Amino acid sequence: MKSCLVVDDSRVVRKVARKILEELGFACTEAEDGRQAMDACAAHMPDAVLLDWNMPVMTGIEFLRRLRKMTGGQGPKVIFCTTENDLAHIQEALSAGANEYIMKPFDSEIIQTKFQQVGLL
Amino acid sequence: MKVEDFDMFSVMLKQRSGLVLTKDKAYLLESRLMPVARKWNLKDLEELAGVIRTRKDEAVIKDVTEAMTTNESSFFRDQKPFDQFKAVVLPHLLQARAAKKHIRIWSAACSSGQEPYSLLMLMAEEGVKLAGWRIEIIATDISSEMVAKAKAGIYTQFEVQRGLPITHLVKYFKQVGDKWQINEDLRSKIQFREFNLLTDMAPLGQFDVIFCRNVLIYFDQPTKGKVLDNMAKLLPPDGVLYLGGAETVLGVTEKFKPMEGQRGLYVLTGAPARVAV
Repeated sequence: MKSCLVVDDSRVVRKVARKILEELGFACTEAEDGRQAMDACAAHMPDAVLLDWNMPVMTGIEFLRRLRKMTGGQGPKVIFCTTENDLAHIQEALSAGANEYIMKPFDSEIIQTKFQQVGLL
Repeated sequence: MKVEDFDMFSVMLKQRSGLVLTKDKAYLLESRLMPVARKWNLKDLEELAGVIRTRKDEAVIKDVTEAMTTNESSFFRDQKPFDQFKAVVLPHLLQARAAKKHIRIWSAACSSGQEPYSLLMLMAEEGVKLAGWRIEIIATDISSEMVAKAKAGIYTQFEVQRGLPITHLVKYFKQVGDKWQINEDLRSKIQFREFNLLTDMAPLGQFDVIFCRNVLIYFDQPTKGKVLDNMAKLLPPDGVLYLGGAETVLGVTEKFKPMEGQRGLYVLTGAPARVAV
C-alpha cells in the first residue's frame, strides 16, 4: 500500500483529502504544518505528500525546499493543494521541486487524475 | 410532458443531430430545454413545442438541438488514446508520410476543444520529430456555441485541472482573470468549424486520423453505420479511426475493423491489422 502524508492546517481539508486518498488506496498520515511534516518525513519517508501552501510555523514551500535536501527527500511525489492559483506561485512550486499542483477547490476526480499523472495510480 | 410533444422533440432531434432520445431520457428535455424556452420568452416546453410545430423557426430549432447534444470533455480524456497516438499512430505517420511531411487530423465532435488542444500539446512535446512537418487539425462540432468556446480556448480552473498536467498548464496557457486561456500560437493551429456529422463529409477532405469518440453512443444503429461508412471514405488505406471506450464498429459497419492490440483504434477492412512502425 502506498503512503501519503496530508499536510494542511485545516482539519476539515485534511479529513476530506484523507477520505478521497484512502478510497484510492493510500495509507494516510496527517500533519498540521511544515514543521510537523518535516518530523513525519524524518521518521518515515512517504510515497506522496499532499501539501498546502499557507500554514503557520512553516509554510508548504519552505517545507518542500527542506524536504528535497533531506536524505531520501527526492523520493516522495509532492502535490501542492492550495488556494494560491496564480502562475507565479505555480512556477515557484515547480522550481522548488513540486511534481503536481492542485488549485482549491478540488474534488475527488482532480485528486485522482493528479495522482495518476505523477505515476502513483 | 405530453406524449405528442415528446415525440415531436424526439423526431426532430433524430433528424437534426442523429440523437436518439428514449423515453427514459425525457427528464433531459426538461432540464436542458427550459433555459431555451426562457430565452425565447416561452412559459414551458409545451409552448416551445408549439412554436417549433407552427413557426418552424430555424433559430429556435437550432437552440434546441444544441442544448440537447452532450458537451462533456476534458483534456487528455481517458489518457490511453493519447498514449496510443504517441506510441503507435504518430510514429507510423512520421514514417509513412516522410515524403510529404503532412498530416491531417479530424477531431469530429470536438465539444469545447479539449481533444484537439490535447493532441496539439502532445505533438508540441514531441518537438524536433515534427520540425518541418505541416500538421493540420480540423476540429468540428454540431454546436456553434461549443465551436465558439473551443476557438476562444478559455477554460475554468476546474476544467484545466481535469487531465491536464501542471507543466502543460504553465507552458501552454496564460491566466486571464480567474480563467485560463490556451496560447494564441496553439489556437491558431487548429481550424474550428461547425459541422453536422449527418451531412456530406466530402468537403472536409481526406484525413490520416479521425477522432470520433463518445459521439456514436447517441445515435441509433443505422445512423452509426452511415456516419462510419462516410468516414471510411475520408481515410487512406493506412488511416486510423478512434472511437470512445463504449463504442465499436462490430455489427455496425463492414468498412472498419479493430486494430490489433490497440483498443479503441480501428482501421479500414482490407488494410493490414497492424500498422508498420
